[in-house]
Amino acid sequence: MSIIDHLPVLLIIGPIIAALIILAVGWHDRRLCYPVMLLSITGQFIASLIMLLQVIQDGTIRYYLGGWAPPLGIELVIDSFSGFILSTIMLLALLAIVYARRSVEAEVPAEKIVSFYVLIQLLLIGLVGMTITGDVFNLYVFLEISSIAAYTLIAGTRSPRSYVAGFNYLIMGSIAAGFILLGIGYLYVATGTLNMAEIAMLLPASYELSTVHAAFLFMMIGFSIKAAFFPLHLWLPDAYTESPSAVTVIISTVMAKVSVYAMIRILFTIFTTAYIIESFPVTGFILLIATIAIVAGAILAIAQNDLKRMLAYSSISQIGYIMFAVGVANQIALEGGLLHILGHAMMKGCLFMVAGLIIYRMGTSNLLELRGVAQTMPISCAAFALAGASMIGIPPTIGFMSKYYLVLGAFEAGYWLYAAVLLIGSLLAVGYIWRFIEIAYFGDHHGDGHQCASPEGPLSMIAPMVCLALLCLILGIFVEIPMEIIGPAAMILLGGA
Amino acid sequence: MIEVIFDLVTSRYNYWMAIILMLIGLYALIAKQNLVKKIIGLNIFQTAIFLFYISFSEVTGGTAPIYLPEGPEALYVNPLPHVLILTAIVVGVSITAVALSLIVRIYEEYGVMDEDELMKVVRER
Amino acid sequence: MTDIIGILPAVTIAIPLLASVLILITGRYENLRESVTIVAAVAMLGSVLAMLPSVLQGNRITLSIIPMVPGGDFALKVDAFGMVFALTAAVLWLLNSFYAIGYMRGLKEHAQTRFFFCMAVAIAAAIGIAFSANLLTLFIFYEILTIITYPLVVHIETPEAMKAGRKYLAYLLVGGIFLLAAVILTYLLTGTTAFVPGGFLEGAGSPLVLQILFLLFMVGFVKAAWMPLHAWLPAAMIAPTPVSAFLHAVAVVTAGVFGIVRIAGWVYGMDLMAALGLGVLLAVIASFTIIVASLFALTEDNLKRRLAYSTVSQLSYILLGVSMLSIAGMTGAMAHIPIHAFLKITLFFVAGAIIVSAGIESISDMKGLFQKMPVTVLMFSAAAIGICGLPPLAGIISKIYLAIGAVEGGMSSLLIVIIVSAVLNAAYFLPIIYTMIVEKPEREDALNGVSEPPLTMLVPIILTATISLLIFFFPTMPFLDLIEIAIGEIIGGVMP
Repeated sequence: MSIIDHLPVLLIIGPIIAALIILAVGWHDRRLCYPVMLLSITGQFIASLIMLLQVIQDGTIRYYLGGWAPPLGIELVIDSFSGFILSTIMLLALLAIVYARRSVEAEVPAEKIVSFYVLIQLLLIGLVGMTITGDVFNLYVFLEISSIAAYTLIAGTRSPRSYVAGFNYLIMGSIAAGFILLGIGYLYVATGTLNMAEIAMLLPASYELSTVHAAFLFMMIGFSIKAAFFPLHLWLPDAYTESPSAVTVIISTVMAKVSVYAMIRILFTIFTTAYIIESFPVTGFILLIATIAIVAGAILAIAQNDLKRMLAYSSISQIGYIMFAVGVANQIALEGGLLHILGHAMMKGCLFMVAGLIIYRMGTSNLLELRGVAQTMPISCAAFALAGASMIGIPPTIGFMSKYYLVLGAFEAGYWLYAAVLLIGSLLAVGYIWRFIEIAYFGDHHGDGHQCASPEGPLSMIAPMVCLALLCLILGIFVEIPMEIIGPAAMILLGGA
Repeated sequence: MIEVIFDLVTSRYNYWMAIILMLIGLYALIAKQNLVKKIIGLNIFQTAIFLFYISFSEVTGGTAPIYLPEGPEALYVNPLPHVLILTAIVVGVSITAVALSLIVRIYEEYGVMDEDELMKVVRER
Repeated sequence: MTDIIGILPAVTIAIPLLASVLILITGRYENLRESVTIVAAVAMLGSVLAMLPSVLQGNRITLSIIPMVPGGDFALKVDAFGMVFALTAAVLWLLNSFYAIGYMRGLKEHAQTRFFFCMAVAIAAAIGIAFSANLLTLFIFYEILTIITYPLVVHIETPEAMKAGRKYLAYLLVGGIFLLAAVILTYLLTGTTAFVPGGFLEGAGSPLVLQILFLLFMVGFVKAAWMPLHAWLPAAMIAPTPVSAFLHAVAVVTAGVFGIVRIAGWVYGMDLMAALGLGVLLAVIASFTIIVASLFALTEDNLKRRLAYSTVSQLSYILLGVSMLSIAGMTGAMAHIPIHAFLKITLFFVAGAIIVSAGIESISDMKGLFQKMPVTVLMFSAAAIGICGLPPLAGIISKIYLAIGAVEGGMSSLLIVIIVSAVLNAAYFLPIIYTMIVEKPEREDALNGVSEPPLTMLVPIILTATISLLIFFFPTMPFLDLIEIAIGEIIGGVMP
C-alpha cells in the first residue's frame, strides 16, 4: 500500500504533526512558524486534489482507520460530494494562509502569533476531519475540535470586543454541539451503529419512531446554529466583524461551508430523501426559512455602516441560497446549491480579503470613512467590484451560474413564488454591494485616477485576493469544470447512496 | 390513567432525569446574568447529555464490560457509549477552560462579569 | 442558406475587449491610449465588413464557444439581422471615438481612461448582443452592457449624476431580472433557448403562459424605453454627450429594440404572435409611447432631454413596425434601426458640439447660433428633417414601410398614429431649427467666442449626416438587402 492509499488519514495526522512542529519551532524562533504552516497547507491542498482526481476516476474512496472495518471501526469516506468540498476548502485555506501573513502581523499581538498559527492549523484539522469522516460521532469530535479553535481564534485581536464576540459564539456553539451530541445519541439508540452508511441502511425501518424525529430535529437545529441559518444566526455578525481579518476569511469561507456540508450530509445521506420529503416533510419549511434568510440577510446588510459587518450579514443571506437548494431538493437545484458553495467561498473570501486589506492600509472599516478609497486602492476595489458582481449574479460570473441553476430548479419543481423571491433577493444584493462601490469609486476624490505613490498593500495580500476574484469570473465562464464533480455529487445525495 | 403516567415516569426515570437536568442547564445558560454562572449552566447541560448516553448503555443484568479470566461469555453493559462520553467529557472540559479564560480576559478589560452591564460597557467603548 | 463556422464573430467581440485592456495599460499616455481606441475601431469595422459579403449571400456564420448551463451554450451566430445592428454599431463606434476624443479633450474631462475603457467593453457587449445565437448569450451580454455603462452615466460624479445613475441601474437591473425569468421559463417550456427563424415557442404552452412570457420579455427589454418604463433614459442624459450619443441613441437602446424584434421573429414567430393577440398589445404600447413621448419632448427646454424623449418616441416606431406583423411593417422596423441610429447620433453630436463650443445646453439660449456655427446647425437641421420623415434623408424610407405595413397588417388605425407623430416630430424639431437660424440672440455679445467645434468633432457630424443621405439614395446597400434576407428567414419559418 502506497502513500496515496493512506492519504485520507495522512490528511489528518500530517497536520497534527505539523501543528506540533509549528509549536516547537515557534518556541525557538517566532519567524519560522509561518513557513512550516504554509508548507503544511500546501501539502494538504495537493493531497486533496489527488484525492479529488481519484474520486473522479475510481469512485468513492473508503478508508478504514487501523484496518478495522465498520461497524467496529471508524471509516473515512471521500465521495464526490466530500471530495468537492474538501478541494474547495483546501483551496480557500491555502489562499487564506498566503494572505494571512501580513494581516496577522498587523492585527494579532506578537507574542500570540505562534499559538495563532497552531490554532489555525487545528481549526483546519477539525474542518477537514468533518468533511471526510464517515462516522457520525467522529463528526461531532471534529466539530468540537474546530469549534474550540474557532472560539479562541475569534478572540485573537487586540480589541477587547473580540473577547465578547468569542464568548457569545462559544455559548451558542456549545449549545449547538450539545444538541448535535443528543441527536447522535438518539440515532445510536434507534440503530445501534454510528457509521453513516449503516445508519442510512438501518434507519428506514424506524422512520415512524419519535426517537428518529427527535434525532433529526436536534441535529438540524444544532447544525443550523453552526451554519448560521436564519434565525439562529445571531452569533455570526459579531464573530465575523470582531475577529482578525485572516480569521474572518477562513471562518467565513471554510468553516461556514463545512457546517453546511455537515447539514446536507445529515439531511441527504443519513436521513435520506425518503425521510425528509415523505416521512417527515421538512423541505418545504426549510425552503420557506431559506427564502426569508435570503431577504432578511440582504436587508440587514444594506443597513450596516461597517464593511465587515455588512459582509457578515451578506453571508447570512448567502447561506439562505444554499439552503434554498436543499429545500427544493431536486437535481438541478442541488447542483446550483453546491455550485454556490464553491462560488460563495470564492466570492466571500475575496470580499473579506478586500476588507482586511482596507483595514491594513486605511486602519478602518467604517464605510463612512472610506470615501474615494478606490483612488488609493484601485486593485482592491476592482477585485471587490468583480467579486461583488458575482454576488449580485451578473453573468458570466459563477454567482450568476449558481443562481441560474437555483431558479431553474425552483421553476421545475413548481415553486414559482420562491423563485421570484430569490430573484428579488439578488437585486437586494445590489443594494449593499453597490453602496460600497459608490462610496469607493465615486466619493470625494482628489484629482484624476493616477496611480498612487505608495503601494497598495503587500503582494502576499493582493495576490490571493486577485486570484479569487479572477476565479469567480473564470470558473463562471468555464462552469463545466466544477459541474463535472458537482453533477455526480448531487446525484449521490439524491440517490442516498 | 394515573397508572399510565406513573408507569411512564418510573420506567423511564433516567430519561426524565436527563431532560430535567438539561432544562436546568439551559435555563441557567440563558437566564443567568453572571458569565460564570452561564458556564456552570453549560456544564450542567452537557452533563445531562452525558448521563443520557450512559443511562441507555445499561443492559438489564449486565456486568461491567471487562473480560473475566474465565472467558468472554457473559452479559455485558454496552461499553461504546461510555467511550463516546469519555471523549465528550474531555471536549466539555476544554470548552469550559476556553470559556473561563475568555471570562478572565473580559473581566480584565471591562471590569464586569454581568451580561447586561457588559453589553452597556461594550457599546460605550 | 447555409451555416458556416468561423471565428470572425468571436474576433469581432475580442477586438474591443483586448482594446479595453490595452487602454487600461496605456492610461497615462493619452495619445497612445486614444490611438488604441481608433485602431481597435477600425479593426472591428474591418472584421464586420469581412463577414458582410458572406452574410449578404444568405449564409450565417456560427461559432459555439462554451457549453454552459442547461439552457444554452455560449454561442454566436452572425445572421442578416444581427449584421444590420453590428454594422451600424461598428461604423458609429469609429465615428463616435473620434468625436469622443475631441469632446473629452475640449472639456478637459477627468477619468478619461475609465471612460474609454468602459466604452470599449460596452461596444463589445453590444456586438455580442447582435451576434448572440441564443437567449442565454443575449442575456449575458445584455447584463454586461448594463453594468459597464453605469460608470459612463455617472461620469461627472456630481450628486445629481449619482442619483441618475442609481435610477438607471435600478430600471435596467430589475429589467434584467425579468429577462432572466423569461429566459429560464423559455428553457423550461421548450428545452432550448436558441434562436430559430420563425420562432420555436409554437405549442410549448398554453396561450396564457405564452402571453405572460411575452410580458416578461417586454419588461426585460426595458432598454427599449417603452412607456411607462422609460424614465431611465432622460435621467441618463446627465452623462457626457458621447455617451448619450452612442449608447443612448445607438447601442443600449438599440439593443433593447433589437431584443424585442429577435423575440418577435426568432422566438415567437409572427404567426404565433398574431394568434396570441400580441400584435395588438405591442401596438397599443408602441402607440402610447410614440405619442406621449413626443408630447413630453415638446415641454423640454434642455436639448439633450428633448432628444432623449425623441429617442423614446422613435424607438417605439420600431415596436410599432413589429406589432403590425406584416412584411412591410417588419421591414420598416428593422430599417429604422440603422436609420434612426445615424440620424439621432448626428443630432446628439451637434448637441455635444454646442456644449463644447458654446457651453449652452438649453434651446432657449441657442438663439442665432447659425451665425457662429453654420455647418453644425446645418447638419442638425438636415438630421432633424430626416427624423421627421422628409427626404432627402433616409427617415422617409422607414416611415413609408411602416405606413405600408400598417395597411398590409390590417391595422389602418396605426396610420393615424404615424401621421400624428410625424406632425408632433415637426412640432418639436422645427422650433429648434427656427431658434438657431432665424432668431437673434438676446444680447449682442451672448455668443462671443463661439465657433465651430474642433475638427475631430465636426467631421464625424458631417459624416453621419452624409451617411444618412447616402442611405436614402442607396438604401439597398447594404441595409435593405440584409433586411430582405432576414425577413425571408422568418417568413419561411423553417429550420435552416
